[in-house]
Formats: sequence, C-alpha cells, structure tokens
Amino acid sequence: MARYLMPLGIFLVIVVFLGVGLGLNPRQVPSPLIDRPAPTFDLPQLHATDQRIRPESLRGQVWLLNVWASWCVSCRQEHPVLVDLAKSGVVPIYGLNYKDQRDEALRWLQQWGDPYKLSIMDPKGVTGIDYGVYGVPETYVIDKAGIIRYKQIGPLTPEILRNTILPLVRKLNA
Amino acid sequence: MHKIILLLALIAGWSASPVAGGQAKPVSEDPVLEQRVMYLANELRCLVCQNQTIADSQADLAVDLRNQVREQLKQGKSEEEILAYMVERYGDFVRYRPPMKMQTLVLWVGPFLLLAGGMFALLRFLRRRRQLPETDVVSQKRLDEAAQILRGKEEGR
Repeated sequence: MARYLMPLGIFLVIVVFLGVGLGLNPRQVPSPLIDRPAPTFDLPQLHATDQRIRPESLRGQVWLLNVWASWCVSCRQEHPVLVDLAKSGVVPIYGLNYKDQRDEALRWLQQWGDPYKLSIMDPKGVTGIDYGVYGVPETYVIDKAGIIRYKQIGPLTPEILRNTILPLVRKLNA
Repeated sequence: MHKIILLLALIAGWSASPVAGGQAKPVSEDPVLEQRVMYLANELRCLVCQNQTIADSQADLAVDLRNQVREQLKQGKSEEEILAYMVERYGDFVRYRPPMKMQTLVLWVGPFLLLAGGMFALLRFLRRRRQLPETDVVSQKRLDEAAQILRGKEEGR
C-alpha cells in the first residue's frame, strides 16, 4: 500500500508547492524601505522650478508619494483612481515625476487632470533609485513622522485603495 | 564528415549566441574602472527583467544602476559599500547571488538535501532488491509441465 501512496504523496506535495508558486507575483519584491524613514531629496517643483521641495517639509501629515511619468502607460490606467482620491480630499498626493521631460509632463497633467498637491521633478531618476523604484507607477504611504508604511508597485486600483491604502491612512491619522 | 562539421558549427553557433546577445558597452575610458563596474554589474539583478544582471540588461533602470555603480566607484566607495547601498534600496533580491542567511538557507541547502534524500532512497531500493528471492527463476518441475502442455498442443494439431 505504502508503495502506491508514496508517489501520490510526493505528487501532492509538488502540486501544493507549484500551486502556491503560481499564485505569487514575481513583480512584487518586498521593499526593504517599509518602516524606514523616507529617503530625503531636494528637488525642484514641476510647475514652479525655482521652488525646491524636501520631504522634511511634509512632516506632520500622512501623505502619498506617487511615482509617475508621461511615458508610463500604466500611469494612465491608474490616473482616474488618483483623480478621484484627490477630489475626496482624504489624503494629499504628491507626485514624483520620474525620468520625464518637463513640457511633456505638464501637457500630460493638463490633458488628464492633476491630482497632485504638487509634483517634483526627478529627470535623472536618482531619487527614484533612493526609493527603490523599478516599475512605474509606484505609490508610497508615508506617515506623520516621515516613515514609509506601505509601497504599492504597479497601478493603484479602486480595490487596493479601498482595502489597503485608505484603512492604513485612517489608522495612521488616528 | 560533412555531418560532423555541420554539427560542430551548430554547437559553436549555439554556444556563441549568448555572447553575441551583447553585454553593455563600456562607457568611460578607464578600463580598470570599467572592469570593476562590470564585476559589480554582474552581481546585481535587474529588477525589471528579473533573470538578467544589470550587466546583461539594456533596460533603462539597468543603465541607471550601472551609472550609479560607476559614479560611486569614482567616489572611491568599495564594492561591499555599493552592494550594501543597493540592498538597502532594493532588498536582498537585487543580489544576483543571494547571500547566505537564515531566510535563504533553504535556497542554498535545499538542493543538497534533496540529492541526499534521493541517494538514500536509491540505495535502500537497491539493497532491498538484492535481498529479495529471485522470483523469475522457474523450477524445473514447472518447466516440465509447460513443455508437456506445448507438446500436447502440437500433437492436437
């Protein structure tokens, strides 16, 4: 009996492993930056390039940092979600315009709407590297003390917003 | 003979093709620096195309990371410092050869455990088979019986 059950058992173990493996998303690499201070930067604003922004000046509020670019196709996909969120006024969204051309970025915002309190420019992608960006769009939830609490890789969906980000923002604001 | 030459040519072409696929071209003039950049680039995973190192990949991010490595080497940072810098931002996954840690232990030891397990099972199987009575030896009595039946058939025809 054991003779027949053994291969079956081994087969079932392999099935379970492969099944779990199929369910994982290889694009979701856990960020080591979670629960660590948001890396600092000193970057010009997209709309007013003579003004520079540092993340320290945003302390005391929970905010989202959304990495976007006009060349990024998935950013278009998540854009309506961001516009809706901005309208609701639940949490301020700041944009990190990543490796983009200023005129194209401005045109993009004009065309599709600007959900950002303000956007900062990272044309060389150096701040992007500091934040471990590898797949635009990415969104970070940063708390009042400037600690990164969550990172979304890839486009935001209404579901992710409703089930993960908004509850987290509420908790951090409490 | 022609076949052998053809086969050799095929093998040569096949083994050469990844090289022809091309590593990134060196950018700066300093060959020693470039060698160090390529050494580190071969140790770092490109997170956009995850099965390539940033030395192999032409993704934008890989180019940026190579430039970052080059900049930091120029600033006099050590190889370990640059690897630590990358791990701090992208996690252990950015190391093309994962470091030996508690979390990665299964990754490193697992294949050897499986191999040992397989060897053990094979040895046990072989030993047990040797101990079994040789079942396919047929007794003389049964052979005679069989011969009789066959003979009987022949006669019946």
